[in-house]
Amino acid sequence: MRHTISALVENKFGVLARIAGMFSGRGFNIDTLNVGPTHDPLLSRITITVIAEAETTLDQAIKQLDKLINVIQVTHFSERTSFVARELVMLKLAASHQTRSEIIEIAEIFRAKIVDVSPDSIIIECTGNENKIRAFLELITPFGIQEMARTGMLALPRGYNAER
Amino acid sequence: MDTQPITEFPPQDEKGPAMKGSDVVVACLEREGVDVIFAYPGGASMELHQALTRAKKLRTILPRHEQGGGFMAHGYARATGKAGVCMATSGPGATNLVTCIADAYMDSIPLVAITGQVFQEFIGKSAFQETDFFGMTLPIVKHSFLVLEAEELPMIIKKAFEIATSGRPGPVVIDIPKDVQQKVFEPVFPAKVDIPGMPPPPHASDEELLKVLELIAEAKQPVLYTGGGILSANCSDELREFAKLTGAPVASTLMGLGAMPPDDPQSLYWFGMHGTVAGNWAVCDSDVLVCLGARFDDRITGYVPKFATEATIVHFDIDRSEHNKNKRADYPVHSELKYALTRMIELIKAGKFKKPDLSAWFSTINQWKKDHPYPFHYNESDKYILAQDAIKTLHEETNGDAIIATGVGQHQMWAPQYYHFKNPRTFISSLGLGTMGFGLPAAIGAQVAHPDKVVVDIDGDGSYLMNIQELATAKIEKIPVKVLLLNNQHLGMVVQWEDRFYDGVRGHTILGDPENIGSPDNLDAIYPDFVKIAEGFGIAGRSIHKKEDLRGAIREMIDHDGPYVLNVNIPYTEHVLPFIPQKKGAKDILTD
Repeated sequence: MRHTISALVENKFGVLARIAGMFSGRGFNIDTLNVGPTHDPLLSRITITVIAEAETTLDQAIKQLDKLINVIQVTHFSERTSFVARELVMLKLAASHQTRSEIIEIAEIFRAKIVDVSPDSIIIECTGNENKIRAFLELITPFGIQEMARTGMLALPRGYNAER
Repeated sequence: MDTQPITEFPPQDEKGPAMKGSDVVVACLEREGVDVIFAYPGGASMELHQALTRAKKLRTILPRHEQGGGFMAHGYARATGKAGVCMATSGPGATNLVTCIADAYMDSIPLVAITGQVFQEFIGKSAFQETDFFGMTLPIVKHSFLVLEAEELPMIIKKAFEIATSGRPGPVVIDIPKDVQQKVFEPVFPAKVDIPGMPPPPHASDEELLKVLELIAEAKQPVLYTGGGILSANCSDELREFAKLTGAPVASTLMGLGAMPPDDPQSLYWFGMHGTVAGNWAVCDSDVLVCLGARFDDRITGYVPKFATEATIVHFDIDRSEHNKNKRADYPVHSELKYALTRMIELIKAGKFKKPDLSAWFSTINQWKKDHPYPFHYNESDKYILAQDAIKTLHEETNGDAIIATGVGQHQMWAPQYYHFKNPRTFISSLGLGTMGFGLPAAIGAQVAHPDKVVVDIDGDGSYLMNIQELATAKIEKIPVKVLLLNNQHLGMVVQWEDRFYDGVRGHTILGDPENIGSPDNLDAIYPDFVKIAEGFGIAGRSIHKKEDLRGAIREMIDHDGPYVLNVNIPYTEHVLPFIPQKKGAKDILTD
């Protein structure tokens, strides 16, 4: 099962290496990883999704992460918490004059944006939760994905009813 | 008139005069109360060594190998509870410290390892003696720092000591580029540092503690399982009182030895792969198992599904990540141990506990103790000195008051079997990582911390040879450490496993000439001549193999003014017993 973990960390030299190393060293599997600054220049937020079949694996991953000195706070977005999770995907598709309009149509359904067009390709940017991205990719893949880049999941707890 | 100040001023940061970064490092170490550093110089750390020559309070001890220095700092930390400090140059000097850092990490020992690094302009350029030491040590440190701004030195060093010694202790690396060491600036020594990722020590709630007391009160077969956490938290006295008040038997890990006197009727001494039968069986059959500061290591549990199957498990640990890591705990308690024990004692004294009747449990335990006695017995040889004889005699001759360090292998297990540790911080051994070569340097470090105590390295010929160069440190620095060398010309523990599980096939476990193996019956073939080696280092020594010489020789060693090596030639055929084979349960224990 996939779990989303968010860690507030010190914005310092080597922090990402330390976290990534802890995951590999303890045998946890990182599915996606995202790092970026926050509104506080001293802090960064790392969002990790991990595949953990056993509850104990997830529990260990969270505790080991929390134990690192550079890690200030760890949040686990479980099914019981109410949170918003989003991912951004950019993909370059093969697009000729025959297929372009159909691609644009699908993109519109998913409220994805066309950010670049050339005579034989098109770049689309799509944001959404896991299910939406999966559905979008399913529909768009047959057109021929040439290149793809994804941010990995980002998540924040909702303002109300954070604990359900 | 009242002259009391209205408010107490918080401690203030202090500004120092302009000095080099290297002098700032020394000033910071002295401010942390460090009185000795084990340091081997090189190009990237000589600036620091120049500053050490100007130190007023700090003694520098030169090991003969960086690994020796690292283990001396470890031994010092084990014997005192203070952080041990070692230092090496960049590149190979630093990589030689890696084993020491991994070892301190496994046994949760406060170690501060300072390394020189090449000039920042050369970092990443494969400069001479450059390695990414920060990157290399990431998985084996509690924390690490690469100092990029000289001005941050005082803050970083203060943080390093705080991180190494507080909570669950562990090793901290400080990598200092040469330009940082050379930079002249006016340091600001902070009065305190803020480490946001390190929360204040956790304290168990009364509710949790009362639940634990209730479990013990209702238990029929409770056991306290105590680990190194008791020593780290300096709460042996509290443990002893808690044990008395609850009446529960106490089984220790090797890391926790000395917290509880072994001759106490409630003591089961130590359990695990080579521990007492009574200890192993009591834990196995317990209905409430209260673990205090230990980590359910595989050498303790054996095959986990067979470990304490019927027990309700309570696990006290200051490190939350130990809960449910190896064995599921029914009641994990995240707390500082000293607080938890002190508070439970208070609650008991306030009448919140009814002492259970454990007479049936103790009659079972005492029967086990009688059938499989501790102190352990063994079949003495009338011809030879056995390792067991030598350690038993050492125990008698030192009255159990010596500090003992060991290498790794059979002798490491015989040492606690036949030397009864009654005081905390007297058994110093590489227990988690199991590093051969640990004994001599660790004993030197402990001796530096306690110059007036008898400190003995009980070693095997394999382990001893791995850091034998530290005899030079003992001699030159006038450290009167003793070596009781149990020389069987083999890697005894591996030989034991070969005998038991591999039809006795010797897979490179003979340390001398395989065509002519030395033994007490073949003295001329003993290789190498450890007494001559000691002599070469200017250290007194003697070699024995006859039983009648044993006691006198041990006395002579203890009484010798200065370092001493006593080589005891023993047969290699003895096995360490009892023995729970790997992946087996306590009931599969082999006693012969």
